[in-house]
Amino acid sequence: MSGGMFPAEGVLLDRSRSYRLLREHFPSFVSSLRSHGYTVVGPTVRDGAIVYAEIEGIDDLPIGRTDRQGPGAYRLEHREDAALFGYNAGPRSWKNYLYPAHERLWTARRTPDGFSVESDSTAVPTYAFLGVRSCELAAIRIQDRVFDGKYRDPGYHARRENGLVIAVECGQASAVCFCVSMGTGPGVRKDFDLALTELLSPPPHRFLVRIGSDRGAAVLEGVPLEPATSEDEVAGRQVVDRTAESMGRTLRTDDLHDMLLGRPNHPRWEAIARRCLSCTNCTMVCPTCFCSVTEEVPDLDGAKVERWRRWDSCFTLGFSQMGRTSVRTSGASRYRQWLTHKLASWQDQFETSGCVGCGRCITWCPVGIDLTEEVPALREGSPTEPGG
Amino acid sequence: MVARSPHAASDPGASPYAPAPYRVLDNHPETGNTVTLTLAPASGEPLPSFLPGQFNMFYAFGIGEAAISISGDPSSKGPLVHTVRAVGRVSQALARLRPGEFAGVRGPYGRAWPLEEAPGKDVVIVAGGLGLAPLRPVLYRLLAERSRYGRIEVIYGARTPADLIYYSELQSWRHRTDVRVQVTVDSADRSWNGDVGVVTQRIPDSRFDPERTLALVCGPEIMMRYVAQSLIARGIAPHAIWLSMERNMKCAIAQCGHCQFGPLFLCRDGPVFPYSQIRGLMSQREA
Repeated sequence: MSGGMFPAEGVLLDRSRSYRLLREHFPSFVSSLRSHGYTVVGPTVRDGAIVYAEIEGIDDLPIGRTDRQGPGAYRLEHREDAALFGYNAGPRSWKNYLYPAHERLWTARRTPDGFSVESDSTAVPTYAFLGVRSCELAAIRIQDRVFDGKYRDPGYHARRENGLVIAVECGQASAVCFCVSMGTGPGVRKDFDLALTELLSPPPHRFLVRIGSDRGAAVLEGVPLEPATSEDEVAGRQVVDRTAESMGRTLRTDDLHDMLLGRPNHPRWEAIARRCLSCTNCTMVCPTCFCSVTEEVPDLDGAKVERWRRWDSCFTLGFSQMGRTSVRTSGASRYRQWLTHKLASWQDQFETSGCVGCGRCITWCPVGIDLTEEVPALREGSPTEPGG
Repeated sequence: MVARSPHAASDPGASPYAPAPYRVLDNHPETGNTVTLTLAPASGEPLPSFLPGQFNMFYAFGIGEAAISISGDPSSKGPLVHTVRAVGRVSQALARLRPGEFAGVRGPYGRAWPLEEAPGKDVVIVAGGLGLAPLRPVLYRLLAERSRYGRIEVIYGARTPADLIYYSELQSWRHRTDVRVQVTVDSADRSWNGDVGVVTQRIPDSRFDPERTLALVCGPEIMMRYVAQSLIARGIAPHAIWLSMERNMKCAIAQCGHCQFGPLFLCRDGPVFPYSQIRGLMSQREA
């Protein structure tokens, strides 16, 4: 390997092969993304958490940092190594970029013939999403379906089509991860432009690189790569296997649809509601939750008005408001709506579960409500009676 | 049943949320808080066609949108007709619109009443309060093609005589011999000499052949449940009873999530459903 670096000028990378990128060359990879015109969004430490934000270079990455998660708990810690991607899912997901929490849909101005409407889907940023986890790719695939169909959301799909997905396989599972149960990870198999696996040992610190698209290959031009060795490939598989094996949390999924929909009066819903604060955190951090509300923002003179869309949550009372009352007035009915939608009726709507097993709703629930604990409790006993 | 394309759908980059401006032609009071607005596209272009039971997102400039069913004649080329009850911020602003002013419209959306199943059958229409609005296009269609259908029974109820909408039209339908119209109110003073009671009480002596009847029902959800049960008691199959449901709606394109009813998006999969499809969901206690 001491000879020439790949790729040589003008030589196309072979998509059927994998490559090795040494850690010391990672800055040139990030530079290449930027020089190809991408706005790089990746993990960075902010306000005590690892979140996705625009990054300028690898100094912005959470080098040597990790997170310790549990129900209602998240804490940053230092690692013993200098891993760049040694953490699990944080409070933000790629949803924040593909489907922003607050987005202007159009602007209308009064005219002699009523008003004219200008749609707001013109300027679309070109993002490189650096560090997309396997569960998050599954979440993106789900939202692709939500915003497609007869009425396609132009903004979402423009950002999606412009975006470059650089997936990173997980080298560890947090205490709330259950992607193995949901069949969404931890290995990355499809729908990426580039897929990286961080190899920390044995040295050197390096990345296994797989190429999923021509756009992915294009950003590797000029980045010093070598063909991966068979040891690199074995080490990459071991990273994923060890992560899968260490995942302690599980969720039985084979009976979820009929089981959950068949228990609308199970007393456990009330028991959950006594703990649930209806704070909406679970829906905000969930990478697949898509509900929104529209807002009308008029100018003071009434001549111009903007229509905005912002994330909404089925946990609010106003979500189901009709006239002077709401359909779902109790916390129990709102939690039931969320969980049965996520795990059951989502399957009817989109032919997939709405849950990818990332565990965010467990970590960011202020009282630590854990759906992998609630589902077995709902399964136990008769549909309407508590206990066995 | 496929909804027709709304105005903005021709341009793939255009927002499906963009309303088209409409000029108000008339504002006709129906009751103390309900008006019927007639409108025409400000562009001068023809009105998009609609099917009975479909709705539009009706927009008060600077205030917001509400899902309002279309209550005009589906075979007429215009104008657009919406009956609006002023209950919220948006509907209050819409109900205040005067001729010459502008509103926004996007649509039509949603699944229509299954009128393709009606020829050769008796048709029973049961409406409560404002629920007559999405059923009026059905009556226009049935009466325009009267010979294609069997008996037509209309049962319409409101809280008081002052809450009846389309009053003069009800009178003219009542004078026809080819449609039977029963009007009932929950309570009335001495000036009312019609029926007093709920619509379900009019169902037992309604005239239809339950084996070959299509029932179309719209009104408050609790009323529709009792009506469906009464119709089943008269021998109509649950799949021949159709209801028009209502939920909070923000987008009308199955993306905002508000109108979900179990696995159904009311805006896309409804608002019209056969009772057989939703009776389980309707019996689930939500509150």
